[in-house]
Amino acid sequence: MNSVIKGASYVLVHTPDMVYYNGTTQTTEMIVNPESEYLKEVKSNLRSYEDAVKYWPNQTYIGNVHPEELAGVEFPWYDKKKEDADRYGKYGEIMPEEEFLFLVQACDQFEVVRLDKDFVAEYKDKFAADPIIGEDIVAMIHEGVELSEIEHFVNEEHAEGLYFNDKLVGCVKRAHDIDVNLSAHVMHENLMSKASSVLALLYAVRNAGIDKAEVEYVIDCAEEACGDMNQRGGGNFAKAAAEIAGLVNATGSDARGFCAAPTHAVIEAAALVKSGAYKTVVVTSGGCTAKLGMNGKDHVKKGLPILEDCLGGFAVVISENDGVSPEIDLNVLGRHTVGTGSAPQNVIGSLVADPLDRVGMKITDIDKFSPEMQNPDITKPAGAGDVPLANYKMIGALAVKRGELDRKELANFTTEKGLTGWAPTQGHIPSGVPYIGPACEDIKEGKIKNAMIIGKGSLFLGRMTNLFDGVSFLIHGNTAAEEEAAAGVSEEEVKGLIAKAMKDFAATLMAE
Amino acid sequence: MAILEGKKAIIIGDRDGVPGPAIAECVKTAGAEIVFSSTECFV
Repeated sequence: MNSVIKGASYVLVHTPDMVYYNGTTQTTEMIVNPESEYLKEVKSNLRSYEDAVKYWPNQTYIGNVHPEELAGVEFPWYDKKKEDADRYGKYGEIMPEEEFLFLVQACDQFEVVRLDKDFVAEYKDKFAADPIIGEDIVAMIHEGVELSEIEHFVNEEHAEGLYFNDKLVGCVKRAHDIDVNLSAHVMHENLMSKASSVLALLYAVRNAGIDKAEVEYVIDCAEEACGDMNQRGGGNFAKAAAEIAGLVNATGSDARGFCAAPTHAVIEAAALVKSGAYKTVVVTSGGCTAKLGMNGKDHVKKGLPILEDCLGGFAVVISENDGVSPEIDLNVLGRHTVGTGSAPQNVIGSLVADPLDRVGMKITDIDKFSPEMQNPDITKPAGAGDVPLANYKMIGALAVKRGELDRKELANFTTEKGLTGWAPTQGHIPSGVPYIGPACEDIKEGKIKNAMIIGKGSLFLGRMTNLFDGVSFLIHGNTAAEEEAAAGVSEEEVKGLIAKAMKDFAATLMAE
Repeated sequence: MAILEGKKAIIIGDRDGVPGPAIAECVKTAGAEIVFSSTECFV
């Protein structure tokens, strides 16, 4: 039987100080043009935490707004506030920066994170009050240190500063004197990814309604690499995050593939469960500090606040078929192969049409497609257009070419089969997976019968190949009952029949 | 497409639109010399 999606989580962390100090658009500008007008304007164009919480796409990401409701909100969204917005949503939360720094320290196993003692005194209780944060994690927080010690590490020892409200409140020290793979910059980036992954794991386990001890395997699908000079991408974020999240029975590994990695990882998880290798697998990922403020120059130029001010995270719990939850159908897997080529029709053909052809389905048989779900409020002002819409147009065009859709229906196709993007431009975070949570609910409620998740990755950015990549899979309603009916008699029924026969036989013997 | 005959072409493709190699194939048949071709990720 197919494995099922037991639950999903989606979390954001509002990190405006990291936009300035750690986003590569800003840090590159500090190197090449330190006196630039843009750098002077960054801080005054950052949003408050309250504004980030009231931002419609963020409320959609954490599950307080359905994507269809977001599509009905007048565009653009950056100048509109959702008034009854909440920090917490059914999928996760939007954690403020000052609390997140404590989670980062809890994730630090090598004492590279130092927090100012006044900062710890002021905000530790606020962090501990988050219902998802258990006492085990709070117990990992260290006593704070003198600010002068932090200043020493930042000014004299190459440490990365940790800031809140543009004030130095801590640092991440380098973990080695000369190994660049363990530099303060890399340690900072990796700890932020790990901490946001831990937050996603905690919510995923809660949302799936399982015990932490049930998780047997974790797959991390972020885009960072941890290791040292002898094994630069050694890993393993998955097990490291599982340790902090308290998943005591889990091992794990990292899957990498740029933005396509989450979709690869979900397919791998579904296959691991279906094969019987593990009963419960969680796919998880934290966010990416480098991409904070990635399109900040265009946003500031056009009078927008810097909208890329949140780290994203997500996790999906995949387990054995429970007879209720939506299934991942491994018979419908799309893949862009080495030989597929780069023509748009070949790309969409390999990801969408080919897997459907193999099971005798048409493009129009799919109720919703979830390709790259980037928030167009972020990408349109930056000149990258509406990425989900561009993908829907290509899928629709292929359906027309195949004679499955009337050309006049193309415009309707993009709205009926598509979704408006809501995910932050955190690379792997918006790639296909943001709709898994809402899709499962929509399927259970009977609003849709299936959804295709499509992940694409820009492999060429690593300069190892000119190729890009993509994979896809299909989610549909639970078919366990149908399968059992088709099989004739269920295992339970067989057991019942044998038990009855034994009883009857025993009764016969007694009578004799 | 005669406008491309004998011209030098710099191609920047889009991963979510038309990738560089696909544009390059078209430009080549139109008689241009490709001096640079790349696909970029704009998200």
